[in-house]
Amino acid sequence: MTDATSSSMPAVTPVPGKSSLMTQDARTRKRNAAEARFKAYGIVAIAAGMLMLLILVFNIISRGTGAFQQTFVTMEVELLEEKLDKNGNRDPADLAKVSTFGYAPLLRTAFEAKVAERGIATELEPKAMAGILSAGAAAQLRDFVLADPERIGTTVEFEFLASSRVDGYLKDRVSRDSIANDKNISAEQLDFVDQLIELGVVEKRFNLAFITGADSSDARPEAAGMGVSMMGSLFMMLVVLALALPIGVAASIYLEEFAPKNWLTDIIEVNISNLAAVPSIVFGILGLAVFINYMHLPTSAPLVGGLVLTLMTLPTIIISTRASLKAVPPSIRDAALGVGASKMQSVFHHVLPLAAPGILTGTIIGLAQALGETAPLLLIGMVGFIASNPPDSIASGLLDPNSAMPAQIYEWAKRADPAFYERAWGGIIILLLFLITMNTIAVILRRRFERRW
Amino acid sequence: MSFAKLTTSALAVAAMSATTAAARDQVQVAGSSTVLPYASIVAEAFGENFEFPTPVVESGGSSAGLKRFCEGVGENTIDIANASRAIKDSEVAVCAENGVTDIIEVRIGYDGIVFASDINGNSFEFTPTDWYKALSDQVVVDGEIVANPYTMWNEVNPDFPAQPIQAFVPGTKHGTREVFEDKVILAGCEATGDFDAFKAANGDDEKAAEKACIGLRTDGKSVDIDGDYTETLARIESNKDGIGVFGLAFYENNTNKLQVATMSGVTPSTESIATGEYPVSRPLFFYVKKAHIGVIPGLKEFAEFFVADEIAGPDGPLAEYGLVADPKLEETQSAVADEAVLGGNT
Repeated sequence: MTDATSSSMPAVTPVPGKSSLMTQDARTRKRNAAEARFKAYGIVAIAAGMLMLLILVFNIISRGTGAFQQTFVTMEVELLEEKLDKNGNRDPADLAKVSTFGYAPLLRTAFEAKVAERGIATELEPKAMAGILSAGAAAQLRDFVLADPERIGTTVEFEFLASSRVDGYLKDRVSRDSIANDKNISAEQLDFVDQLIELGVVEKRFNLAFITGADSSDARPEAAGMGVSMMGSLFMMLVVLALALPIGVAASIYLEEFAPKNWLTDIIEVNISNLAAVPSIVFGILGLAVFINYMHLPTSAPLVGGLVLTLMTLPTIIISTRASLKAVPPSIRDAALGVGASKMQSVFHHVLPLAAPGILTGTIIGLAQALGETAPLLLIGMVGFIASNPPDSIASGLLDPNSAMPAQIYEWAKRADPAFYERAWGGIIILLLFLITMNTIAVILRRRFERRW
Repeated sequence: MSFAKLTTSALAVAAMSATTAAARDQVQVAGSSTVLPYASIVAEAFGENFEFPTPVVESGGSSAGLKRFCEGVGENTIDIANASRAIKDSEVAVCAENGVTDIIEVRIGYDGIVFASDINGNSFEFTPTDWYKALSDQVVVDGEIVANPYTMWNEVNPDFPAQPIQAFVPGTKHGTREVFEDKVILAGCEATGDFDAFKAANGDDEKAAEKACIGLRTDGKSVDIDGDYTETLARIESNKDGIGVFGLAFYENNTNKLQVATMSGVTPSTESIATGEYPVSRPLFFYVKKAHIGVIPGLKEFAEFFVADEIAGPDGPLAEYGLVADPKLEETQSAVADEAVLGGNT
C-alpha cells in the first residue's frame, strides 16, 4: 500500500521522519534485527554442533591413541632341553605335550639371568619378576619352539608384551597410589620395571598387533587386537554387497521403469519406506528366527550377520537407487525409444549408466551404516569371546564364528580390566577411519561422475 | 560392472549357505557373564595347547544361557552353558522336553560377591541385616509391616554415616541376583526376626514369607542393573553415594576406583572365601550336553582341561584372576572324566 503511494509520487524528496532507503525506520530495524538474531542462532547452533564434535573427537583420540602403543620387554631366553624335550628326539608329538605352563619356568630363569648379568638390585622372587610379562609370553615361546624345534638348547632373543598393569604404568594409567590394593602388581615390581626401562629392556612403542591381531581373554588385555573382527566385518560387507546391490537395483529398476502404477505398487512403495525406519534390532530377531533357528545356519557366522545386515541395507539402497533413476530426464528414455531401442535396452544402455554414480553413493552409504551396526549382531551370537581364530579361507571367513568391529568394541567396553577400555576407544578410532574413508569415496564418486540436468 | 558377475557371486553365497551346517568344529559356549572371563581364559589356553580351534564363548546371563542350552540337541545349539547358579528343576524339565536329557554338571570353583563404593567415599562395615533393612520393599517397624521408610544409611544403622541409600544390584536375569537375595536379603530378614512376622501375616506360609522378604523396594533407592559390572561401576562413578554389588574378580581389577565393604566383619578375598569366613559366595558351574561329546570335536577335552589342576587349581590362571579354587576339584575331575550326568548315569 505504502509502496504504491510512494511510486505514484516520484518527485517527492525524502523528508526527515518519512521512510527512506538511506535511513532505517523502526520496522526495518526490527526486521533487520530479526534477521541478525536468526543468523546468530544459526551460528550458535553450528558452534554447538562443532563443539560437541570437537569434544567427541578429542575424547576419542586422547583415550584411544594409547591402544596403538604397547610396552615390550626384550629378553634372551635359553630354551632348556631338559624342560622342553626330555627324550631329546625332537618328536613333534612329544614337544606338543609340554603345555604353556611348562614354559613358564624358562621365563623365570631368563629373568634371573638378566638380573645377574646387568647387576639389577631387586628383592623380587623370580616368579614376581616374570609377573611383569603378559600371560601370553609362555604361549609365544611354545609357538616358537613348535615351529622350529631345532632351536631347543640355544638362547634366543624374544620380544614379549608386558602385562597390562606394567603397560598402564608406562602410559600413566597406573601409579604407585592406584595399585595400593591391587594384588596383580606390587610397588616393588614397578621399581624393577623402572630399572629395566633405564637399561632399555622395557620400552613402549607402536603395536601393529592391535590392528592385525585377534581378541584375547580377560587375563591378557595387552594382547588383544582388532584384526580378526575386521575380517569378520569385511566378510559381512561382502555378503551385503553381493546380495543387497543386485536385489536392490533390480527391485528399483522394476518398480521405477516397468511396474504399472497401481495400488499394489503403492503399497510396496510405502512398505519399503517403512522398512527403512525399522529399528535394526528387529532385523536381528528376524535373523535369529529365520536364518539360525529355521534354516540352521551356524550361529556367530559372518554369513548370517551379512544376511541380517542385507535386510537392513536393502531399503536404503532401493530408495537411493529409485531417486537416482528418477533424476534421469525422460528425454533420454524417449530418445532411446525413438531410435528403436526396446524398453530394456533404453534402461540398461542409457538410464542405468547415468544413474550409476547415485546408486553407488547410496550403496556405499548403506554399507557404512551396516558396518557400524551392533544391535542385530547381539542376537545372532557375534558378541563375546569369539574373534580368536583368524579365517584361513573364504568359506571359513563366512562360516566360522567371528565378531565384527562394533561388536568387538562393545565387548571390550564391558570387560573388567581398564586396559580393555583403552582398547575399546582405540577400536573406535579404527572403525571411524573406515567410515570416514567410505563416506569420502561416496562423496568423490558423486562429485566426479554425477551429472546434473 | 556386469550384472552377470554380481548374480553369480550372489548365487555362490547362496550355494555355500546351503552346504553349511555340515560340521561345526569348535565348541560353543554361552551363559553367565560372571563365568565369561574364566571361560575365555580357559578357551584361549585350550586353543594354544590343543590342536582344536579356540572355543567360542558368548555371554548374556545364566538364565539366557541355560535357555539356549535347553533348546535341543544338534549342531546349531550350544554345547556348554555357563551358570553362576545351579540349574533349576524347571530348567531340567524344559531341557528334557526338548530332548536334552544327559547333562553333565561341572563345578569350577567359587566366586565371592562383594559390596563396593567409590574409593573416596565413606567406608562401610555391613551385615546382612543392614542390607535387608535398606533395600527390602517392606519392613517391620514396631511390630507392624510397613513400606520401607528408610532413606539414609544412618537410619538403618546408627553406626553408618549420613549417606543417602542408593544401591545398584544385579538384575533378575543374573545368577548373582539370586545369591544376593538368598545370602544377604533373606539372611537379614531372618536375623531381624521380620521373617517370622511375614510368616505370621501370611498364615504360616514360608514361601510367601520368603517372597515378602526378598521383594526389593522400587522407589529408586535400589536400581536393577541388567548390564555388566562395568555398568554398575559407571553408575557409581556418576553417583558417588552409590554402593554396588560386584564379583570379587571385577573388584580386584578396579581397586583404584572402588573400596570394598566388609560383610559381618570379614573382608572379602580369595582366602576368606575359600575358608568360608566371608559369607556371600556361590559356586560357579558349567553344564555340558553329553549328546554332543564325540560329535563336536574337543568338547570333552575342553571340559577336562577347564577343571584340570593347572587351570582351575589354586595356582592356576583362574585363581590368579579371582576364582576361588574348589577344594573338591578332584571329585569334579573324575566326574567329568566319567561323564557323570545329573541325576545319575542312565
